[in-house]
Amino acid sequence: MSLFLREVRNQQRLFWRNRESAVFVFIFPPMLFLLLGAVYSGKIEGFRAADVLLVGLIGYGCANTAFAGLAITLVIRRESGVLKRIRATPLPPPTYLSAFLTSTLVVFILQMLLTIALGVTLYGAKGPENRLGMIPVVLLGGACFAGLGFGATAMIRSAEGASAVVNLIVLPMAFLSGAFGPTRNYPEVLQWVADVLPLTYLIDLMNDVYLRGDSFLDHPKEIAIVTAWGLVGVAIAWRRFGWEPRER
Amino acid sequence: MSALEVHELRKSYGAVEAVAGISFTVEQGEVFGLLGPNGAGKTTTVEILEGYRKRDSGDVTVLGVDPEHGGRALRERIGVVLQASEPTAALTVRELHRMFAGYYSHPRDVDEVIGLVGLEEKAGARVKTLSGGQKRRLDLGLALVGDPELLFLDEPTTGFDPAARRTAWELVRSLRTLGKTVLLTTHYLDEAQQLADRVAVIRDGRIVKQGTPAQLIGAAPKVEIRYSEDGREVVIETDEPTRVLAELTGAAAAAGRELEALEVVRPSLEDVYLDLIDNPADEPSA
Repeated sequence: MSLFLREVRNQQRLFWRNRESAVFVFIFPPMLFLLLGAVYSGKIEGFRAADVLLVGLIGYGCANTAFAGLAITLVIRRESGVLKRIRATPLPPPTYLSAFLTSTLVVFILQMLLTIALGVTLYGAKGPENRLGMIPVVLLGGACFAGLGFGATAMIRSAEGASAVVNLIVLPMAFLSGAFGPTRNYPEVLQWVADVLPLTYLIDLMNDVYLRGDSFLDHPKEIAIVTAWGLVGVAIAWRRFGWEPRER
Repeated sequence: MSALEVHELRKSYGAVEAVAGISFTVEQGEVFGLLGPNGAGKTTTVEILEGYRKRDSGDVTVLGVDPEHGGRALRERIGVVLQASEPTAALTVRELHRMFAGYYSHPRDVDEVIGLVGLEEKAGARVKTLSGGQKRRLDLGLALVGDPELLFLDEPTTGFDPAARRTAWELVRSLRTLGKTVLLTTHYLDEAQQLADRVAVIRDGRIVKQGTPAQLIGAAPKVEIRYSEDGREVVIETDEPTRVLAELTGAAAAAGRELEALEVVRPSLEDVYLDLIDNPADEPSA
């Protein structure tokens, strides 16, 4: 087995072994979906509420897993010296980081499948209209928020603060982007904020592909904005990412 | 080829010169101790050798290679125990050893390494259930699992109780029988004396004394004889305490006097060390 695949397996074991991350990162979004799905009914913008919430919570799951979970885990590993220690082994840093990223995407995809399964069986939600089209959407969304997650890791100084900082970003973003329900009744100011957030466009893209069955490439504007956000995160990480504890 | 060659190494952080021109050589199979107080520049020196930091100037080779450009090939050949690192808590001792073994092209047998560091009974236990001393032994196991030629141990026993330190010392001694070269930093004199073939005492980024532990002790100041006479303290420093004492006591006994508060003080190793740390020797390094 290649070094990369073995490291993906290591990272998977580390993720599922850590109960806190497994619950917070993996279970939380599907759980929110179950709660919100039980509250909302009827139609949202012409679609069944369960369908719209399903897509919204997949979007939230993407931000929660690839951005929040990734950043918190990496900051904790950096501050506890795990990253520094890994750096002294022959494992190449790019292999370590790409395996960690791949493992995070695996978690997100499993989470999405669980959320869809729950929606279909419990709330009669529908599966994706364009299944193949969801593959690039998932990869794009995962890569964008992972890029932002690496950028956030580089900005956060302490392990204690990581969870607070990251959730202060993710929860309002998810709320404003319509992950938890329709935003058309929000005040105009909040809608302006929503208009620049990457999750707004990822959820739009998911609505188009998952609910309407559009082709992925029919929506270059959304793809461009989500990509641009991911590149901002990568650029920050490129300049400031470090392997050694910041606090001593 | 020497395992480590360091010549006129310098490194500054801003205006602070952490390492101010250090030179030493460590031969293969040797255990070399860098001894000094906190902030003396030990960790900076070791982290330059490990490849974590870039030096400002000086020549350094680790196993014949410049550590700044050693890359993966050099990391195959060295093992590292960091001063402060918290190993991954959720895995078991064996799983973590396996994980690290997978990073090396020619690892040692995992269970053999676990036995070597005395964690057989904990092999299946989660890392988070280990005591502090056991975690340090785990760190050592992870440093050994790649079967390195050279080991860096940065303050391996800081924070240990005396019993745990003795166990750790046994462990480091056993590394010698494996033929490993070891660079050890410590701020405990007795640790350097117990473990190292040669010691460099380092202070303010400079080596103030270098040699075998016996040579360091050989530089000890003279024995002091102290007593009180008419209410004032008399101190005599001498290389011949027996003769001086015999004369003193003989004269006092003949005169029927008592030498009050008489004591003979031999400086301890601690005094030698503290003397070096406080007053660097005139000749900077031996």
